[in-house]
Amino acid sequence: MRLTCPLCGARDRREFTYQGEAVALSRPDPDAGPEAWNTYLHLRENPAGWRDELWYHEQGCAAWLVVTRHTTTHEVRKVQLARDVAKAEGTA
Amino acid sequence: MRFSALKILKEGLTGNRGWAPHWRDPAPKPEYDALIIGGGGHGLSTAYYLASQHGMSNIAVLEKGYLGGGNIGRNTTIVRANYGLPGNSEFYSHSLKLWERLEEELNYNVMHSQRGIVNLFHSDGARDAAARRGNAMINQGDDAILLDRAGVRRMLPFLDFDNARFPIYGGLYHPRGGTARHDAVAWGYARGADQRGVDLIQNCEVTGIDIENGAVTGVQTTRGPIRAKKVAMITAGRSGQVAAMAGMRLPIESHVLQAFVTEGLKPVLDTVVTFGMGHFYISQSDKGGLVFGGDIDMYASYAQRGNLPTAEHVIEAGMALMPMIGRAKLLRSWGGIMDMSPDGSPIIDRTHIDGLFLNTGWCYGGFKAVPASGHCMAHLMATGRPHEAAARFRLDRFETGQGLMDEEATGSQHNLH
Repeated sequence: MRLTCPLCGARDRREFTYQGEAVALSRPDPDAGPEAWNTYLHLRENPAGWRDELWYHEQGCAAWLVVTRHTTTHEVRKVQLARDVAKAEGTA
Repeated sequence: MRFSALKILKEGLTGNRGWAPHWRDPAPKPEYDALIIGGGGHGLSTAYYLASQHGMSNIAVLEKGYLGGGNIGRNTTIVRANYGLPGNSEFYSHSLKLWERLEEELNYNVMHSQRGIVNLFHSDGARDAAARRGNAMINQGDDAILLDRAGVRRMLPFLDFDNARFPIYGGLYHPRGGTARHDAVAWGYARGADQRGVDLIQNCEVTGIDIENGAVTGVQTTRGPIRAKKVAMITAGRSGQVAAMAGMRLPIESHVLQAFVTEGLKPVLDTVVTFGMGHFYISQSDKGGLVFGGDIDMYASYAQRGNLPTAEHVIEAGMALMPMIGRAKLLRSWGGIMDMSPDGSPIIDRTHIDGLFLNTGWCYGGFKAVPASGHCMAHLMATGRPHEAAARFRLDRFETGQGLMDEEATGSQHNLH
């Protein structure tokens, strides 16, 4: 598997660290309540299909990335800078 | 049909014409007392113990593929009870005791072989941790022997004791640990359940879970609707999709774990060795193949195949531990879908929906748990109360933060185990 970092180009999977489903971009308010925090921290849709994930280009440019990837075929459709996604969503 | 040495002899002399299928292939009935979604190891053992321990024979196992086609047929077959954390330790101790009488109970050869397990350690601190764990195991009534370097060398002279990064200081030996023939475990439980009247329904995918007024009433399947007041979801890596049919989200993410086997070799390894610092464990099957595995691939996946960087990592660790395996040819590798929970421990519990039960979160350690998982799940479903050996496997521990069981002490968030 190779991921195409928007800054560095197509790079080997081993340069990247997987963080998980891209929920960290919509972190609840500190006083959002236990249910919102449980959902954020623990509960996952865990789809067998397309989903957005956070990856870290640890051995490259150290950028956080939102990778749109298929969990059954491992096909990667889109890689964006997490910063850009967060700005577009108004969460940064 | 009962298996015995006499029966094998008789069949061998008469052309093996007397063997019959081990279980029926029934069509689903419109209603059962209980349904189990998932015909893998855990689902089949649950069905067996519901019938054998609790007299519930009007039940069915619904399997979308064939029996034992998932992780029960895709693991590295290791059986052990060397956990250190309260909650886990008594559960796996219970499981090992069930393993030890399983073959007689099922009248089925699951090739359970108590060849022992050696967990290696590579520092003084790790020796202290191994001694503490071993003492906890002994206090619980299980067995553990702390081996020094010379002790490990007597058992496993071919290891690289002077590896520059991980010199071997010793090992924690668990003599009652070992291996079992994974497929036969599924088949043995399936046959035992079938003999007690359980319907094992294959090629029957559940497509919906019916809920009325907060209580489960049955399921929709590709072979028609089936009613039941008790439904258990025991689908490992597919738990997320099944629970979604009941409107639930689970604290589970599915990952792929790879395993490998070499060509058949003459006997070289008569125990199980784990090299925790390299995420590597190995044993030799009765056919002679070296069976080994490592860590998960570290990204969410439903593909039952892995990625080459992880294969490389696992094989490097193997070479670091026992360089002699470098001459062996790798025969095949495969992957299974692991139901990873945030704290690395499983869930056996009710859900907020009456009559709907959940068994998941086995991470990469479900095989050894098969007997106790079914035993405790059956107890919960039949009596409504958790079995004491599995009382801490609660679904709400993540929500409340109480009773988390982080065996590896790495934290209680996704992707830390």
